Amino acid sequence: MIQLQNLVKDYGNLRAVDHINFEINEGEILGFLGPNGAGKSTTLKMITCFLSPTAGNIIVEDRNVYDHSKEIREMIGYLPETNPLYTDMIVYDYLKFVSEVRKISDFKQRLKEVVNKCGLHGVLNKPIETLSKGYRQRVGLAQAIIHDPKILILDEPTTGLDPNQIVEIRQLIKELGKEKTLIISSHILQEVQAVCDRIVIINKGKIVADGSTEQLQNNFQNKNKLVLEIIATEEELSSLADAIEGVDLLSIEPISAHVNKADLEYDAKEDKRKEIYEFIKKQDWILLEMKKESMSLEAVFRNLTIEEGGQA
Amino acid sequence: MNATKIIANKELKSYLNSPAAYIVLVVFLLISGWFFASPLFINNQAELRSLFNIIPMIFIFFVPAITMGLIAKERNIGTIEQLSTFPIQESQIVMGKFWASVGLIAVGLLFTLIHFLTIIILGQNIDYGAILCGYLGLLLLGAVYSSIGLFASSLTDNQIVSFIISFLIIFFLFILEYSLFILPSYLSGFFQYLSINYHFSNLTRGVIDTRNLVYFGSLIVLFLRFAIIRLKSGKWK
Repeated sequence: MIQLQNLVKDYGNLRAVDHINFEINEGEILGFLGPNGAGKSTTLKMITCFLSPTAGNIIVEDRNVYDHSKEIREMIGYLPETNPLYTDMIVYDYLKFVSEVRKISDFKQRLKEVVNKCGLHGVLNKPIETLSKGYRQRVGLAQAIIHDPKILILDEPTTGLDPNQIVEIRQLIKELGKEKTLIISSHILQEVQAVCDRIVIINKGKIVADGSTEQLQNNFQNKNKLVLEIIATEEELSSLADAIEGVDLLSIEPISAHVNKADLEYDAKEDKRKEIYEFIKKQDWILLEMKKESMSLEAVFRNLTIEEGGQA
Repeated sequence: MNATKIIANKELKSYLNSPAAYIVLVVFLLISGWFFASPLFINNQAELRSLFNIIPMIFIFFVPAITMGLIAKERNIGTIEQLSTFPIQESQIVMGKFWASVGLIAVGLLFTLIHFLTIIILGQNIDYGAILCGYLGLLLLGAVYSSIGLFASSLTDNQIVSFIISFLIIFFLFILEYSLFILPSYLSGFFQYLSINYHFSNLTRGVIDTRNLVYFGSLIVLFLRFAIIRLKSGKWK
């Protein structure tokens, strides 16, 4: 549905986006992830026709941005990162203005729908400048979906919101994702993990990973972590790590008088749990808990963006 | 409704919702009123000539003040991003804002009609044609200044900078006629034609000459064109 072909964007001497290629399929919820300054917003601004590419092409439903920018803009709903709004307008007037510009014929019907979806009851007649950040974000979202676009692009939709608002907005995004092609950019991993089918990680203008959440976890995860809660001393635990090849003891943390919590790590390709358990059984230690923790996507993300860029 | 009209409506509404526009209007009316009223009482003369002399000068401040935010503010708070991703053209954005500014100027001029009424009541031998032409001239002058102001506003995201740039351009066009004496005589004709006052004073005499109209029209088109080009270039940078 959306194809980015060898996309490049330069700001003066700075190459913000460096030959990016990927494709977004219809109905997909794509998480666009990267540290600050990686080129996420720039890419989104090019898809929404706010910035023009330095080189390369963007094709949205068989139309390229150079010749059919107006049609593409009609198809897309966009919430920019800074969520700019005309703060002196009241919410109703603002949405009316947007729907006029977007030539929506059944404004009343659409207004009802977005007010319900975005929870704007009660603020419709308030000036935007008096609204809290969470409500402003909802107005921004309402504005982006009022013309029922096929494609919805949200640039860091939850920045600056409190945890409750974040949950609400995520809920709303999930809801919207059922019927639309959605691109969400974020530098927060859990967010993308929570709502997206597919994740593209970008760093320093280049794509460093592209795949589903599980795929990324599997591909980039080379260590498994095992957490033990056990009645055994520190020395005993380190003897365990020494005894079994390929198992490293990461840390020990006393929980109570006798109980220690130990983090063990082993290569993801081999499952060492059996050997560890057998060792513990042989020593007759009392095992209270044994839990495998797969390396979180966060660690994958950190690895990718730190190794490649030198800094996150 | 077409996009130009939608933008114009929105801008006019936001003028009418902001105290700044009222303050500017009141100051405009106070100054123009004073310049109309003082000869009325001091010289016992009821005439609009003083008004037609002073309003172009007030416009030098008044118009940049109302146009300075039109694009600069959108850049500053980032709404330009939103606006540019709507399916409308840059020319529609600029034209919409232009008409809003001209609209507000027209409102200001409408209020000065009270002086016109005073003259109708007090005066004799009123040259209605000249007055009508004078008002047309003022409106055209406002439109020219608006297009300059819009262009200046498109250059920057700072309203003060925008104000100063448009003030300088307008002031240059205004002062030209008064600086003709320093020019060699073979150039003075040309620069006189460039001077905005020359064309305006022709109109206040009650003469509608196509040369004057062409002058106003081409300045308006030129600066609006510049503003549109500037808006597009920001995007394709």
